Amino acid sequence: MPDRKWIPQPKKPRTPIPEQKPEERRKNFKEVALGYTEELAIEEAYRCLQCKNPLCIEGCPVGIDIPGFIRHIGEGRFEEAYYTLKKYNSLPAICGRVCPQEDQCEEKCIMGKRFKPVAIGRLERFAADWFIQSGKKERYEIEPPTGKKVAIIGSGPAGLTCAGELAKKGHKIVIFEALHKPGGVLVYGIPEFRLPKKIVEVEVEKLKEMGVEIKTSAIIGKLYTIDELLKEESFDAVFIGTGAGLPYFMGIKGENLNGVYSANEFLTRVNLMKAYMFPEADTPVKIGERVAVIGGGNTAMDAIRTAIRLGAKEAYIIYRRSEKELPAREEEIHHAKEEGVILKLLTNPVEIIGDKNGWVKALKCIKMKLGEPDDSGRRRPIPIEGSEFEFPVDTVIMAIGQGPNPLIQETQPDIEVKKWGIIKIDEEGRTSKKGVFAGGDIVTGGATVILAMGQGKRAAASIDRYLKTGEWK
Amino acid sequence: MYLIKDIEEIAPKIKKMVLKAPLLAKKHRAGQFVMVINTEKGERIPLTIADKNPEKGEITLIFQEIGKSTMEMGLRTKGEHVYDVVGPLGKPTHIEKYGTVVCIGGGVGTAPLYPIAKKMKEVGNHIITILGARNKDLFILEKEMKALSDEFYQTTDDGTKGRHGLVTDELKRLIEEGREIDLVLAIGPAIMMKFVSLLTKEHNIPTMVSLNSIMVDGTGMCGACRVSVGGITKFVCVDGPEFDGHKVNFDELLKRQAMYKDMEEMALKKFLEELREKEPCGGHHA
Ligand SMILES: Cc1cc2nc3c(=O)[nH]c(=O)nc-3n(C[C@H](O)[C@H](O)[C@H](O)COP(=O)(O)OP(=O)(O)OC[C@H]3O[C@@H](n4cnc5c(N)ncnc54)[C@H](O)[C@@H]3O)c2cc1C
Ligand SMILES: Cc1cc2nc3c(=O)[nH]c(=O)nc-3n(C[C@H](O)[C@H](O)[C@H](O)COP(=O)(O)OP(=O)(O)OC[C@H]3O[C@@H](n4cnc5c(N)ncnc54)[C@H](O)[C@@H]3O)c2cc1C
Ligand code: SF4
Ligand code: SF4
Ligand code: FES
Repeated sequence: MPDRKWIPQPKKPRTPIPEQKPEERRKNFKEVALGYTEELAIEEAYRCLQCKNPLCIEGCPVGIDIPGFIRHIGEGRFEEAYYTLKKYNSLPAICGRVCPQEDQCEEKCIMGKRFKPVAIGRLERFAADWFIQSGKKERYEIEPPTGKKVAIIGSGPAGLTCAGELAKKGHKIVIFEALHKPGGVLVYGIPEFRLPKKIVEVEVEKLKEMGVEIKTSAIIGKLYTIDELLKEESFDAVFIGTGAGLPYFMGIKGENLNGVYSANEFLTRVNLMKAYMFPEADTPVKIGERVAVIGGGNTAMDAIRTAIRLGAKEAYIIYRRSEKELPAREEEIHHAKEEGVILKLLTNPVEIIGDKNGWVKALKCIKMKLGEPDDSGRRRPIPIEGSEFEFPVDTVIMAIGQGPNPLIQETQPDIEVKKWGIIKIDEEGRTSKKGVFAGGDIVTGGATVILAMGQGKRAAASIDRYLKTGEWK
Repeated sequence: MYLIKDIEEIAPKIKKMVLKAPLLAKKHRAGQFVMVINTEKGERIPLTIADKNPEKGEITLIFQEIGKSTMEMGLRTKGEHVYDVVGPLGKPTHIEKYGTVVCIGGGVGTAPLYPIAKKMKEVGNHIITILGARNKDLFILEKEMKALSDEFYQTTDDGTKGRHGLVTDELKRLIEEGREIDLVLAIGPAIMMKFVSLLTKEHNIPTMVSLNSIMVDGTGMCGACRVSVGGITKFVCVDGPEFDGHKVNFDELLKRQAMYKDMEEMALKKFLEELREKEPCGGHHA
């Protein structure tokens, strides 16, 4: 029974989320957005029009019943809200925090046409956090054991989702993860101040409760090949969710100087290896007074905001297009600016200049202008001849994108790949090799958490079908 | 958690550690390495598998106590566990019958050299070994290397054993004597590998080196280990660790190895101070 009456308040402005003050959070790694209280969440829920024809759902890659869970929140039925979310999305606490809502559910929300869209992501986060904090045990409905065994390679959002879905169907699941902690980008890439690692741990624990086995420090392609998993280790199917972890560099002069990092290295040192605790933790990280991050995506914003927290005095984002084209989440750009990040837009590096000991000392850039739209629909940046300029920096972090991790493809040439080593799949998530499925960044290139999850879920459904019918047409 | 079956000092500041790791012992091939994490907050330390015993399910690591992490690991005792071991990483060495192979080991570099030399011998190569160390006490795997070599030479910086000089002096002698050399395999400090490569380049002798760049993950996802080889950036952990010595930019490697020098020194100093506080003088059972 509802604990409260639904009181529509569509005219109310969007409910702000309590946050740490910029000057405070610049000095710590604690989460920036503190989350809605029960009262605030209910207030925001009332803004939802409960549309008969909810457009918001169209914008969500996993099709969450958005008005449904919002209604539950508004009526004070938080646990029900949580289970409604869970029907569609196994990691709501994570998606509520990191989904680019402004391009997905919230972009489509009808309220956004005249006012601000309903804060769907924040509400999703609220319901999930509420459940975690309630200390309640999760209800699982697990079908009786089927006797089938599935290997999941990689423990990012794609692998975790696929594992959870298949475990529910009664299959025995083993996850193989190359790193010493499970979670993929969620643990080594996205920083604590945006996604507390505790949340990822809770989700991983739940999988273990469901009977999923997780083998960390187990690299497929080195410890076992996929053929060995299928033949010698008696797995009936394999899901590849190895992500896009290979960092790209620009190929400009000076990239191997000391003080130049890939965003992956920088973030891995800080997040996974806890370099911000050096020397209590053994892995060091070097950060100068003036830091430049090349790129404009979420990775770039995470890197520059991490640099600020490690003590950088001047923090620059170098991006070759204009602010409108910045691919990062709106909220991250906003937070970055509040924390003092300076955006150097329409600017592209051409050389990193070093001192005689091999350390970075300056960055040479060229000014850009925007030309005609390219294949991606974004206007193509064109260098302005003769506009080169130099400015002093001590640290340069490359965040220009990542490619698929090549370890699997190297040892399993019978799995067909496309350009850049991206694994080819059909509409059911099947690769060219019988019994082997794939999903997430390894098939899309760097994308989003929710898309990786969606593919993990879809692959799980077709793996389940395959295990039951043995059909591989 | 990996059980330490045995740990002993085989030369001053050089430890040999035997770990229970059946799967790694089975899967490892010569030239590959592992990342060892000593404690939960520990670094990922790249170390070559120096030897293995697949029947007993054991691998042997030989490491020099050079900084905090390796020193702390050296303090572990038999029966304890290291937090984690990841591997086998890197490409296995390409083993074939070349003819005469000169195997050069500098200091602790002899540890990674040993399993490769063993394989090279097995396929019928004539093995000439040159081991170099600062003084006579610092040689490791001397007996083992000698046993598999057709010819065996040693050099020391101070003349306390073998030839007084550097490994390159001994190599130069072989070259000047007009010996047919089909391949030189050099593993040791970057500076040694640099000078071996310069010498063999002059004489057009194919040379393979195994690089020890700084690493974080060891799986190809960070780029910390990058080196320039023939002007192209390579990741040592996945493209190597072995490369054509004539193409490696050693000066860049040397600079990159020094990237965290000051921080490592600070961590080591702090570690040693804490160690002293824990064990005040006279604390050793008299
Ligand atoms: C810094 C950063 C910030 C981001 N921010 C956002 C954001 O705010 N919102 C958003 O939606 N998306 C964001 N993304 C993108 C998002 O994280 C990815 O799209 C998503 O994580 C992809 O999931 P995945 O499961 O395919 O792969 P990953 O998360 O990359 O996980 C793959 C896992 O497989 C493991 N692996 C690789 N090879 C092997 C092997 N051979 N054997 C065993 N294991 C292996 C890896 O170690 C890794 O743990 C961000 C990405 C980065 C790097
Ligand atoms: C593929 C590979 C295989 C290796 N195999 C062995 C082995 O079998 N036995 C062995 O003793 N060592 C080996 N090394 C080197 C070993 O990893 C380093 O000595 C170790 O990481 C140092 O850790 P530390 O914390 O004790 O010292 P730190 O305090 O980290 O470093 C002390 C000093 O050592 C140098 N250094 C740091 N890291 C490295 C590194 N990775 N390589 C070279 N110099 C470094 C730096 O100049 C630093 O100032 C290998 C390295 C690689 C990349
Ligand atoms: S999963 Fe992402 S897109 Fe879907 S409703 Fe939640 S925040 Fe929106
Ligand atoms: S479109 Fe907006 S207002 Fe309509 S149901 Fe969805 S969230 Fe509510
Ligand atoms: S150590 Fe990270 S890529 Fe080689």
